[in-house]
Amino acid sequence: MAAAPKKGSDPIFEWIRAKLFPSPLSSVATVLILYLAWQAIPPFIDWAFLDAIWRAPDSAACRAAAGACWVFVTEKYRFILFGTYPYEEHWRPALAIFLLITLWAASLAPMFWRRWLPLMWLAGLAAIGVLMWGGIGGLSYVENERWGGLVLTLLLTTFGIGGAFPLAVLLALARRSRMPVLQGLAVGFIELVRGVPLISLLFMASVMLPLFLPAGVSIDKLLRAQIALILFAAAYLAEVVRGGLQVVPRGQYEAADALGLSYWRKTVLVILPQALKIAIPPLVNSFIGLFKDTSLVLIIGLFDLLSTVKIVLTDPVWSGFGVEAYLFASLVYFVFCYAMSRYSQRLEWRLARAEGARPR
Amino acid sequence: MMQDAAMVEMEKVSKWFGAFRALKDVDLVVRRGEKYVVCGPSGSGKSTLIRLINRLETHDAGRVRVNGVDLDDDLRKVDAVRREVGMVFQSFNLFPHLTVLENLTLGPVWARNMPLHEANALAMQLLERVRIPEQAAKYPARLSGGQQQRVAIARALCMKPQLMLFDEPTSALDPEMIREVLDVMVELAHEGMTMIVVTHEMGFARTVADRIVFMDSGEIVESAPPGQFFSSPGTERARIFLSRVLGH
Repeated sequence: MAAAPKKGSDPIFEWIRAKLFPSPLSSVATVLILYLAWQAIPPFIDWAFLDAIWRAPDSAACRAAAGACWVFVTEKYRFILFGTYPYEEHWRPALAIFLLITLWAASLAPMFWRRWLPLMWLAGLAAIGVLMWGGIGGLSYVENERWGGLVLTLLLTTFGIGGAFPLAVLLALARRSRMPVLQGLAVGFIELVRGVPLISLLFMASVMLPLFLPAGVSIDKLLRAQIALILFAAAYLAEVVRGGLQVVPRGQYEAADALGLSYWRKTVLVILPQALKIAIPPLVNSFIGLFKDTSLVLIIGLFDLLSTVKIVLTDPVWSGFGVEAYLFASLVYFVFCYAMSRYSQRLEWRLARAEGARPR
Repeated sequence: MMQDAAMVEMEKVSKWFGAFRALKDVDLVVRRGEKYVVCGPSGSGKSTLIRLINRLETHDAGRVRVNGVDLDDDLRKVDAVRREVGMVFQSFNLFPHLTVLENLTLGPVWARNMPLHEANALAMQLLERVRIPEQAAKYPARLSGGQQQRVAIARALCMKPQLMLFDEPTSALDPEMIREVLDVMVELAHEGMTMIVVTHEMGFARTVADRIVFMDSGEIVESAPPGQFFSSPGTERARIFLSRVLGH
C-alpha cells in the first residue's frame, strides 16, 4: 500500500509521495501512525460525542450508557469554575474573570502599551477586589477563604507573574553584579528556592511561617500561598532572565558606557530590552509553568480549578465520572496555556520583523 | 578656549591582563584640536590604550588624565569624562532595538538631560552631516555596514564631545564602504575635532594626522609627524610594519 504511483503527474499523489512516503523508513512510520490513529480516534469520538449523554435528570442514565457523561460537567461546572463562592453570587467571580482576561488581553496588544496601562491595571484590580470581597455598594461580604476555582487560579497566576517577574529581574541583575555581597545573596536565594519542591515551600508558608510570627499576628492563608508562589517562580525566572542577559553582546554594554549612561539607565534602556526579547520563549514557558503550578495550592487547603474538580468527584451520586471532569479542567487549562504560547510566538515574530532581522 | 591645553595626559601607564602586560609605562599627551593616529601590529596594545581614555579598561599603574579629570574608581568622574568623550567601535555597536534616530538621542536625553525635541533636532542635523538623514526611522539591521558606522559616528557626536576616539572604525567594513566612513572622519578632522584614531588606513593617517604613534608589544615605539614617520621611520620595527601595511 506504500508503493508510490508510477506516473507522478497528479499533484496530490506527488505531495503524498514526497511528504508521507519519501523513504522506506518514513513509509513504515506513516503506516504505523495511521494505524494507531485509526485505533484511537474513532473510539474516542464514539465515547466523547456519539454515545455521550448530554442531558439527563440524574446519573442513572449515565451509568447505563457507554459514552461520556457530560451531564456531570453541566451539573457541576459552576462549582468547578467558582468553588465554594456563594451560589447566587457567582456572577461576581464570573465578572472578575472577564475583567482579568480583558486586562491581560489589552496588555498584550502593543496599541495599549501606553503610560496609562498600569493605571488601568490598578483600576481593574481594585474593581476585581470589590467584586470578590464585596462588603460595599450593596454587595455582601465574601471572605477569601471561600474563593475558588478558575478565578483563584487566574488571580494566583496574575499576582504570581506580577510579583515574580520584577523580583526575578532584580535577582538576575544582582547575580551578575560585581558586588560580592549582593551576588552572594542572589545566588543563595536562587539556589535555595530552586533546591526544594514547590510543595515544601507551600507547606512552609502555610504551616511553619505562622510559628515564626509573633503571637496575634497572622497572615492570610491565600496571601501566604501567593508569597510562596512568587518566591518560587522568581527563582526560576531569574535564571531565565540571566540567560537573556548573558547573550547581550559586550559591545552593547560598552556602547552604553561610552555614552556616559548610569548603571540603571544603561540597564533599563539598552540591556534589558534586548535580554528580555531573547528570553521571551523560556519566559513564557515559565509563565505557563506557573499557571499550572498554582494547582498545587490544593495541598494547603485552597480550592483552585483542579481542587474543585477533586471535590465534585467526592459526590457519591456522581462518583466514577472523573475522566469527564478532568477533561473539562484540562480543556480550561489548555485554552489559557495555548493562548499564552501563541501570543509569545506572535510577539517574537513581531519584534524580529520590526528590527529587520529574520525571525528564528 | 584653551587651544594648547592637554586633552589627554598619560604618565607611565601600565596595564596587565593576568600575567600578560598589555601596556608598559606609556606616556602620551594629546592637546586640544590635535589628531593622533595610533598604529601597530595586532596585539600591540593600541585598542587598550584608547579604551583607557574613557575607562572601558582600567589602568593598573600610572596616571590617566582626561579633560582635566584624573580617572580612578570614582564613577562620577568616569561618567563625567565619558560624556565629553565620544567613541566609535570596530563593530559599530548600535543598539539594535532602537531606530537610528533613537540611537542618536538616547545619550543626550538620558546622560545629558537634553529635552527630546532639542535632541531630535540635533540628531537630524548630524544625520545630514553623515549624509543619511533618510534612514532616521529605520532600525540598524536594515542598514549597510558603512551606513551603520556613520550612524555610530553621529551617535557619538550627538553628545557634543570634546574628544573622539575611533577604535579601528573601518576594519569590519567591506572595501567599497571604507571610503564613505573615512570621508566623514576627514571632514570631522577639518572642523577641528580632537581625535585619536586606531587604524591601518595609512592614507587617512597621512592626510589627517598631526602625529602618528607607532606601538609594539605594549610600548610606544615611535611618535612622529606623518611626513617623518612615512619617509624615515626611526626604528626597524616601524620599518617592517610600514612595509607590510603599505607593501601589498
